[in-house]
Amino acid sequence: MSKLLSMPGAISDFVPDGASVALGLQMEQMIPFAAGHEIIRQKKRGLTLIGPISDILFDQIIAAGCAEQVIAAWVGNVMMGSAYNFRRAVEQDELKIFNMTNFTVTLALQAGAMGVPFLPTRTALGSDVPKGNHFFYQIFSPFTPKEPLWAVRALNPEVTIVHVQRSDAEGNAHCWGNFGVLLEGVRAAKRVIVVAEEIVEPEVIASDPNRTVIPGFMVSAVVHCRYGAHPSPVQGYHNRDNAFFRQYHQQTKTKADSDAWLERWIYSVPDRRAYMNQLGACRVEELAVKQHAYAAQTDYGC
Amino acid sequence: MVTTISETNTRQLGATSSDYTLGELMVAIAAREIQEAEVVFVGMRLPLIAFVVAKRTHAPNAVGLFENGVIRSTAAPELIYTMADPPNIRGATQCLDMLGVMSLLQSGRVHLGFLGAAEVDRLGNLNSTEVRGPKGRTRLPGSGGACDIASLAQRFVVLLEHSRERLPERVSYLTSPGYGDGQGWRQRMGLPRGGPAAVITTKAVLRFADDGEAYLSSVHPGIELDEVLSNTGWKLRIAEHVSQTSEPSAAELKAIRDYDKDGFWTK
Repeated sequence: MSKLLSMPGAISDFVPDGASVALGLQMEQMIPFAAGHEIIRQKKRGLTLIGPISDILFDQIIAAGCAEQVIAAWVGNVMMGSAYNFRRAVEQDELKIFNMTNFTVTLALQAGAMGVPFLPTRTALGSDVPKGNHFFYQIFSPFTPKEPLWAVRALNPEVTIVHVQRSDAEGNAHCWGNFGVLLEGVRAAKRVIVVAEEIVEPEVIASDPNRTVIPGFMVSAVVHCRYGAHPSPVQGYHNRDNAFFRQYHQQTKTKADSDAWLERWIYSVPDRRAYMNQLGACRVEELAVKQHAYAAQTDYGC
Repeated sequence: MVTTISETNTRQLGATSSDYTLGELMVAIAAREIQEAEVVFVGMRLPLIAFVVAKRTHAPNAVGLFENGVIRSTAAPELIYTMADPPNIRGATQCLDMLGVMSLLQSGRVHLGFLGAAEVDRLGNLNSTEVRGPKGRTRLPGSGGACDIASLAQRFVVLLEHSRERLPERVSYLTSPGYGDGQGWRQRMGLPRGGPAAVITTKAVLRFADDGEAYLSSVHPGIELDEVLSNTGWKLRIAEHVSQTSEPSAAELKAIRDYDKDGFWTK
């Protein structure tokens, strides 16, 4: 059964106001910027954003006033440092933030994925991160020795949005590169939106099942969106647009500048095609893969 | 992701015969902290280049782990700005997930991790979450994986700018545990191992005594002792024999410049 939808259709059907949304799960690769921009254009409100680090996507969604809470380990601009809209929102008490660490975001999603209420860990013992934070509860191992541990509460996002290299129309998806918390975030979610560079026949996915990161039965919608992760990289499809991250840092220092940035790159472009046209063919060409590096053939024969 | 030192590494050190930048000096010091065949949680910015330098000089068999799930036994073939840049994936030993690398960290298989921070205190505790000062509070990006690395690696090394603001007596928020309130604290908290081995600043290298307190170990070339002491937010203990930090060798400088060709991280 095909689950192919347009980006506006997928966001309007599966991201209601007030939803908890996990995105940017593959760290600095394959961040679903196009989906985030559609969330902003549809003026969603009261969202809870979930992710380990988000690079600049969370900052944009916060700037647009769509988010009420953030559950994350790190919010900023990875190559440049701070993200100004996140800073402003927290400093002015406009945003509720649950401070996590990369490992404990992972464990919260993994607990959600496993269907257990928590998972134990030794990280963050003695840290201030767990203080006043309902994701942490101190426990002692029931086995000898009775060591102190943090129980990290399970987290089940209402919707997880991921960007991958290729998917079939049902949402069986291949991804390669680093996964971050992709697998946990998909399994923990109530609904999954898959955004893919390419839509392929089911036979292509079945030809290499070890590369399948998402089985289609978990997926609610599939969106075909080439360059949907720009400016983050997609392994084998295009490189990282470092200049774009630098410019974002320079162009969002004040609220007024950020509003102008959102107007230029989100509100005034109806879709990803228009966004890429604005970026320009030269820039797109610069980001192209310069040297392909194919994996060795894999024989699944029997 | 961790907060790292700000854009202050631009000064040329001219007090010595061979010119090099402060960023290059800090990278060389960091590289020497990596021992041959160690498993290292690399982190970004200067430590990323330190890993490359160590691989090309004294530690060819060191293995690099990245929070996004990448494990590399060779350095990335070209300069990267984030750990998920395509050149860090190409030719990797393994590309998996955060749960995998964090499990290696928690189970004690990681020898060394590198961190940055907004503040480091007398007992090696780190803050990268929030700073409260006279002008109100400043929100920082947060822990990222820093708290995990500080909690779980066999040892960790911090890089930051040397100033009274960055080196307070006590952090205003303890993001990543150092030696807490002193000897025995990590064990009491239940942390399985670890703690800071060194703090590499823009002026000096600090190390830690058995009681968990930092002391001045070496001063960078061209820096006066008083300058270090007056820019530290507490009365810094001094090693019996404070040395001058060794300058980068020709091999170290070559490895740095071959990699960071335009000096994005080190100039």
